[in-house]
Amino acid sequence: MERRTIKVDYLARVEGEGALDVVIREGEVIEAQLRIFEPPRFFEAFLRGRMFTEAPDITARICGICPVAYQMSAVHAMENALGITVGGQLRALRRLLYCGEWIESHVLHIYMLHAPDFLGYEGAIEMARDHADLVKRGLELKKAGNSLMTLVGGREVHPVNVRVGGFYKAPRKRDVRDAIAYMKRARDLALDTVKWTAGFDFPDRTRDYEFVSLNHPGEYPMNEGRIVSNRGLDIAVNEYDAHFEESHVAHSNALHSHIKERGAYLVGPLARFALNFGKLSPLAREAAHDAGIAPICTNPYQSIVVRAVETLYACDEALRIMENYEEPDRPFVPAEPKAATGYGATEAPRGLIYHRYAIAANGKIEHAQIVPPTSQNQPSIEEDLRLLIKGWLDLPDDELRHRCEQTVRNYDPCISCATHFLDLRIDRG
Amino acid sequence: MTARPKLAVWKFSSCDGCQLSLLDCEDELLAVAGSVEIAYFLEATRNEVAGPYDLSLVEGSVTTPHDVERIQEVRRQSKALVTIGACATAGGIQALRNFADVKEFTSVVYAHPEFISTLATSTPIADHVKVDFELRGCPIDKKQLVEVLSAFLIGRKPVTPAHSVCVECKLKGNVCVMVAHGTLCLGPVTHAGCGALCPSHDRGCYGCFGPMETPNAVALSRQMSKLGMDEGALKRVYSTFNVNAPEFRKEADRHGT
Repeated sequence: MERRTIKVDYLARVEGEGALDVVIREGEVIEAQLRIFEPPRFFEAFLRGRMFTEAPDITARICGICPVAYQMSAVHAMENALGITVGGQLRALRRLLYCGEWIESHVLHIYMLHAPDFLGYEGAIEMARDHADLVKRGLELKKAGNSLMTLVGGREVHPVNVRVGGFYKAPRKRDVRDAIAYMKRARDLALDTVKWTAGFDFPDRTRDYEFVSLNHPGEYPMNEGRIVSNRGLDIAVNEYDAHFEESHVAHSNALHSHIKERGAYLVGPLARFALNFGKLSPLAREAAHDAGIAPICTNPYQSIVVRAVETLYACDEALRIMENYEEPDRPFVPAEPKAATGYGATEAPRGLIYHRYAIAANGKIEHAQIVPPTSQNQPSIEEDLRLLIKGWLDLPDDELRHRCEQTVRNYDPCISCATHFLDLRIDRG
Repeated sequence: MTARPKLAVWKFSSCDGCQLSLLDCEDELLAVAGSVEIAYFLEATRNEVAGPYDLSLVEGSVTTPHDVERIQEVRRQSKALVTIGACATAGGIQALRNFADVKEFTSVVYAHPEFISTLATSTPIADHVKVDFELRGCPIDKKQLVEVLSAFLIGRKPVTPAHSVCVECKLKGNVCVMVAHGTLCLGPVTHAGCGALCPSHDRGCYGCFGPMETPNAVALSRQMSKLGMDEGALKRVYSTFNVNAPEFRKEADRHGT
């Protein structure tokens, strides 16, 4: 029996640590395991006994790449528990902060982590030797996202300005106005990025995914909405636990999520795009049409183009918010503790993120549950590896290993998040 | 042409935010990449150049049996070793396990605790190997990171003042949030470096850069107590991202549950 073993001990250009085992027997991938050995940090355990007000700062530390996703999900869950709503300019500022994180995180992945796969480089630094202008464009665009994070959140990594009920201090109108010119430049760079990525040579692979994302009647989803899928799921956030389950498998320090009735599903840019295409701005829709991916994209290797379209949208949306910004009368809505359970789900750059907290009358957290996007995508990543690399099994080990890595990187997996991830082994029997 | 110094970036238990700070140096990144050879930096490149390395930046804390061995190998391969961030320098927020039952923690998060390999403690890198310089912060400040890299390239000591956040507030002309507004603030005992971010946003410092040199935490706690902070809150305020830093740990231990 033909047997090949290919091994990648530490997957590069992903956030966090993981490995991959692929077992091939007689020309078939019979098993693919994403092993996540990023050490556990036990956030859900040590959140117990902390005050509800501490959750945004503490949960931000789950991930340095998408801290806003944790902060936003935490504040929405707490506000849901306490029965308060945050509207007007405060709601708009949260969306502006999230636009900053989408831009920063998507551009990091497009230019520094994923594009080198398509252009044949080990990384962006190596790519910069031949394509300095491209890498500089990426850095300038990424910086635009980070500058929004700083403007609204105080700093790029682990923003200090987010609190339950709103913000500690609202940015000045003058400072927001001053940032508009750079964001207009960023929008041009984002449009160039869509055109650039659309020209890459994509493997001809598609899959029939169950896409899951938030859906909001008035806007492309970030902070609020119902959880919907292309197979009929349409639930309120507080019904999440009735429809999704997490299981613990031996090869991973990240829990795997499934839809109880159907199994693996996909969250993230492909899902949001497919389920909310009509909510994109006209500029982003037109760019997606020109890139040939509208209104639905089922080729995971083209996720890089969808990320670029979402980056363009985030710039456009940020500009809309900035141009309409007025300083709010007060930076936050006061929140008094009470015994309750709260649910929050928002759209992290990598996809749906769900938080649930039970809090006591004195404001202390009694129970915390956090489901990050990468745990939800892990079963889909393993299915992709089983199904999509089929045509490449005759490739030499090095090239096959690279294809497997690229297939995982399609998801922009965040292993630090998922461990509550890569080393690649291919066993050819 | 002389060979460029070889830079390696290592990750232990962490959120990746401090490594990201290097990639967030958008204006300096290509210049840095021109001055050093990025020999090992998995978050940025598949390319791996074998050691030894002239400078290793280490992110994250030691929390697994494997990492206890791996940090020894990193040290052996590194001429200079600099820890970046609160996890590597103090153990990070995951060091809250040091004061709890890690088996119980595991059972809260995981259905099959037997699949999990973890230590009962999260410890800083300096508990395991000699560290040449510690850069503070949760996350680190990227200007300080560029300063550390520049200082290393020139062969001098990095300039990262060890005074308190209070001095940074004075330099920025901030009104003291504790004196003027009664806002609880760890600024008087916290290591400078962030540029007094929180007080500049009308909130008290929460100590993410860890303790300054010789902090008077007892006096600060007395003042925060007068302002209405109860014993439990006093314990919690020192028990975050630098909970395992001795000066913060000691003060947390003096207060209630």
